[in-house]
Amino acid sequence: MSRLTEKNLVIAKEIIARYPRSKSALIPLLHLAQEQTGYISRDAMVHLGELVGVTSAEVYGTASFYEMFRFEPIGKYLINICGTMSCALMGAEELMHHAEKRLGVKAGGTTQDGLFTLAHAECQAACTEAPCLQVNYRYRLRVTATDLDNLIDDLQNGKLNDEIPAHGVLSKVRQLIPADRAVGAVDPELVTESPVWLNGKPAL
Amino acid sequence: MTIVDPEKIVVDPNVVNITINDKPVLARKGEVIIAAADRTEDFIPRFCYHPRMSSVGMCRQCLVEVETPRGPMMVVSCMTPVAEGQIVRTATDSVKKAQEGVLELLLANHPLDCPVCDKGGECPLQDQAFSHGPGESRFVEEKRHYEKPIAISDIVYLDRERCILCDRCTRFADEVAGDPLISFTSRGNDTQVLTFPEEPFSSYFSGNTVQICPVGALTAKPYRFKARPWDLNETETTCTSCSVGCRIVVQSSRDELVRYQGVDIDPVNWGWLCDRGRYNFESVNSTQRLTTPLIKSDSGLVPSSWSVALDSAARIIRHALSTSADSVAILGGARGTNEDAFAWAMLADELKINQRDSQLGDGLTPEIFNLAQATIDETCAASTIILLAPDLKEELPVLYLRIRDAAQKRNSRIIEFSSHDSGLTPYAWRSVAFEPGRQAQVVRETLELQEIKEQIQRGEVVVVLGRANLAENEAFTLHALGEILHALPNAKILPVLRRGNVRGAVAVGLTPQQNSGDAIDILTKAAAGKINCLILLGANPLADVADSILVKQALVQIKNVISIDTFVTSSNTNADVVFPAAAFAEKNGTTTNLEGRVSNVTQQITPRGTSRPDWMIATELGLSLGIDLGISSLDELHQKMISSIPEFSSCADNSAIQSDGVLMVSEASATISRGSVNLVDRNSYSYRLIVSRTMYDAAQSTITSNSLVGIITESTIYVHPLDLARIGVVDGTNIRVGVDEINIVLPVRAHSGVHRGTAWLPYNHTNVDIRPLLNIAADVVDVRIEQIK
Repeated sequence: MSRLTEKNLVIAKEIIARYPRSKSALIPLLHLAQEQTGYISRDAMVHLGELVGVTSAEVYGTASFYEMFRFEPIGKYLINICGTMSCALMGAEELMHHAEKRLGVKAGGTTQDGLFTLAHAECQAACTEAPCLQVNYRYRLRVTATDLDNLIDDLQNGKLNDEIPAHGVLSKVRQLIPADRAVGAVDPELVTESPVWLNGKPAL
Repeated sequence: MTIVDPEKIVVDPNVVNITINDKPVLARKGEVIIAAADRTEDFIPRFCYHPRMSSVGMCRQCLVEVETPRGPMMVVSCMTPVAEGQIVRTATDSVKKAQEGVLELLLANHPLDCPVCDKGGECPLQDQAFSHGPGESRFVEEKRHYEKPIAISDIVYLDRERCILCDRCTRFADEVAGDPLISFTSRGNDTQVLTFPEEPFSSYFSGNTVQICPVGALTAKPYRFKARPWDLNETETTCTSCSVGCRIVVQSSRDELVRYQGVDIDPVNWGWLCDRGRYNFESVNSTQRLTTPLIKSDSGLVPSSWSVALDSAARIIRHALSTSADSVAILGGARGTNEDAFAWAMLADELKINQRDSQLGDGLTPEIFNLAQATIDETCAASTIILLAPDLKEELPVLYLRIRDAAQKRNSRIIEFSSHDSGLTPYAWRSVAFEPGRQAQVVRETLELQEIKEQIQRGEVVVVLGRANLAENEAFTLHALGEILHALPNAKILPVLRRGNVRGAVAVGLTPQQNSGDAIDILTKAAAGKINCLILLGANPLADVADSILVKQALVQIKNVISIDTFVTSSNTNADVVFPAAAFAEKNGTTTNLEGRVSNVTQQITPRGTSRPDWMIATELGLSLGIDLGISSLDELHQKMISSIPEFSSCADNSAIQSDGVLMVSEASATISRGSVNLVDRNSYSYRLIVSRTMYDAAQSTITSNSLVGIITESTIYVHPLDLARIGVVDGTNIRVGVDEINIVLPVRAHSGVHRGTAWLPYNHTNVDIRPLLNIAADVVDVRIEQIK
C-alpha cells in the first residue's frame, strides 16, 4: 500500500484546489507521491486517478513521459554523479569508481540496506564547480573522494537530516497557499467576460 | 440572357468554394480539407484521420499543398480547415516527395511482417506503402523490438512493433467510448500504447479499436489467424443482438462466420459496434447448435427427422386445440426476422391462438409504439433528452455512444431518472435518483423545478423510455412517463425495448390479441393448469422471465411444449418437439430496430445441419395441420407482409432497406396517462431491489461464444459503501439475501453508484440464480441482507 498518506492527502487536496480542472494538478501530485516513497507506485497512480478524475491508464501515460518520475523503489538517498565534459575532465570517473567501491554497488544499483542509490547523471549545470554531484537533488560541489566519504558517513549518521529530505524532493520549499488567500479555481468555461485588455488597450 | 440582381443572389454562408487539383469543390464551412477531398476522386493518404473523431495530425501522411500569397505551402489536410478560394494540390512532385518521406519514416520501425500479419491484404499501411510510398527504405539499422502480441484484454491483442502511433485507438477509447483505459506511455523515443499495468482494456467497445487500427497492431482473439482478407466472403446486414440495429458486414470463410465489421451509416451506428454484438458470432458457429429436430423419448430428447417432428408437433397442437384455442399459447419471436414473426402470426391467426407475446414480462406495453416516436437522430438532436430507461451502456451500447456524443459534443442535455448510476450518469446534465416505485412522484416534482422548466422549454424534448428494473411493476415506468407527457404533451418517445426485433414482432402481431393477457398472464394461467400446449419461438422463459418459480410451475403444468430454437436451453430440455432454427446470418429477411427502422438481414452461410428459418417451419407446420399459408418463398412472404401490415407499408423500397433502412409508419394514437399505485414503504432494515441486465450476462449467445464466455461475471449484489458497513462485512464476502422464506447466498460489493437503502442485483449471471427472489406479482421487491454467522 502506498496510496497517499493522510497528511499528504491534505496537501493533495490543497494542490487540486488551485486548478480550474482537477486533472491539471496531476504532475504536482505525482511529485508528492514520489516524495512519499521515493517512487510512484501502482497504488499511488490509482489513488491520484481517483483524486483528479482520470483513469489510472491516463495517470500512467502522463507520468511515464517524465524521466525523473520513477516506478521502481529507490534508496533513501539518490546520489547522482555528473559525468559530462567538465566533471569528466575534473575526475568524475574516478569519483564514481570510488563511490562504487565505497558503497559496494555499481552505478544504477541500490545498497543492501536500502539507504543509497548511485547513478550517473548528465550535466547538472555546475561546470565551474566540477566535479559535482547531487544527493537527492541537493548539490555538492568540487567533490573529492574524501568529501564523498564524509558525505556518506554524514548521511548514514543522520547528520544531514535537516538539509536533505529522504527520497529526492525536487522542490526545496513547498508552497502552501492559505485558504483565505487562495483565489480558487474558476472553470474557464464559466468565464464570460473577455480579458481586461480586450475591452480597451492592452495593459502594458 | 437574364440579368441577376446581385443583391438577390443568395450565398449559403455554410458553403465554401475551394479548388482541389484544379477542380472546383463545394466544401462545408469548418470542415477540414481531407473531408472535402473525400467527396472527390482525389484520394489523400492518411492513417490517423477518422471522419467520426477529432483530427489530431499525428501521422503527417496527409500532407498537401495549399496556395498562399508566398507560394505553395505544405499543410496536413486533416488539420487545415477549408477557406473560401483555397487552392489545394494533392499530387504535385513536392507533395509526393513529402508523402513518400513520411511513409519511409513510418516504416522505419515497422517490422514488415505482413506475411504473418492478420491485417495483411486489408492494411492501410500496406496499401498506402504501395500507392504513396517510396518503394524502398534507407533505414538499415536495427528496428525497435517489443514483446510480440501482448493481451491487453480478454479479446484484444496488441503488437507494439507494428504500431505507428496514430492515436486512433486511444482517441476512440477516450472520445467516443469514454473508457480511456489505453494511453500513450513512455512518450518519446519509446512511445507505446499500453493499459495501466495489469489492468485490462475492459471496454465494451474495444473491438472498434481493432477495426479502426490502420495497421496490424491491434487484433482480436476471435479472428486471429482464422482467415486472410482476400479469402473472405462477405455481405452487408443488420445486427440483431439488441434492438439498436447496427449495420454490419458479416464475413465468412469456408462457410463459417469469422468476423463482423461495423458499417458507417448516418442514422444508426456510425460504424461503431459493441463487443457483444461484434463477437457473439461464435455462437452461430458453436458445436452445440441444434442440427436436427429432436423429439421427446424415455431417454430425453432424441434426434428425429423433420417429417416425424412436424407430424408429432401437429398432433400435439391439434389435440390441444380440440379442447380450446385458449389452451395454446405462443411465447417469443422477437429474435428472428420480421418475416419469421409474420409467418408465425399468420399461423396463429389461422389457428385462432390469441395468447401470444414476444415480450417476456421484461418490457413495456406495445402501446408505447403508438406514441409520437423519435428516431435516434431526432433524440440526439433534441435539446433535452430525458432518460427513463435501463442503463443504455449495458443494454443498448451503441445507442449509449450516440447519446453520449449528443451530450458531450452537441447541444443536448440529459436529464436522467434512474435508481442507480448508469453509464450515462457522468454525462447527464442532471441525474435524479429515485427509489424503485417512486419514479412518478420524483418525475413530477423534478419537472416543477425552475431550472428544469427552463431547460425543457428550450426546444425539442425526447424521452428515452424503457424498462429499467425487472424487480418493479411495469406500471411505475408508465406512470412516470404519464407525468412527463402531462407536463410536456409534445415530447417524443424513443422506445428502448432490448430484444433484437421486438418492434417488428409486435407490429406483425406477435403480441396479445383480443384482449388476452401478456406473457406473465399466460404463464400464470399455465401454472394453474389452463394451458395445454406452449410454443416457444426462440424464447427461453426460464432464463428471461424474472419470476423463475412461476415459470417452473408453468412448465410442470403445461402438457406439451414445442420449441423452435438454435440451442437446447433450460426451457426446452423437456419439450416434446424441438425444431432447429436457422440462426442470424443463415437466413434472409428484414428486421426492425428500436426506432422502427426496417433494414435487411442477409444470409451468408448455410444453416447448420438441417436447421431452417422460422418462417419456413411455420409454413410447414401449417401444412401438417392442413393450413396453407400461401407462402412459397421469402419474397412472397415479404410482399404479403408489407401489403397486409400497415406499419410496413413504407417498406417497398428495397434499395433503402438494403442500406440505411426505412422507418416504419407509426401513428401517435395512444395516450399514457398519469396514475399511481399504492406502494408500501420500505422497512428501514431492508433493501429495495434493482434488477437490471449487464452486457455480459449468461445470455445464450454469450455463453456459447468462446471468446465471451470467460468475461461473464458471477452473480453479485451491490450496495452503497455505508450500507456495506451497516451490514458489517468486508467487500466481496458472501452474504445471505432473502425475501420471505427464500434465501440465496452470494457475494456483496460496495458500489458508490448505488443509493442507500437500495441494492443492485445484475440479472442472469452465473453461479447463483437470483430469480427465486423475484416475485413478478409484487410491485417492488424488498430484501433482507444478512451476514452469514
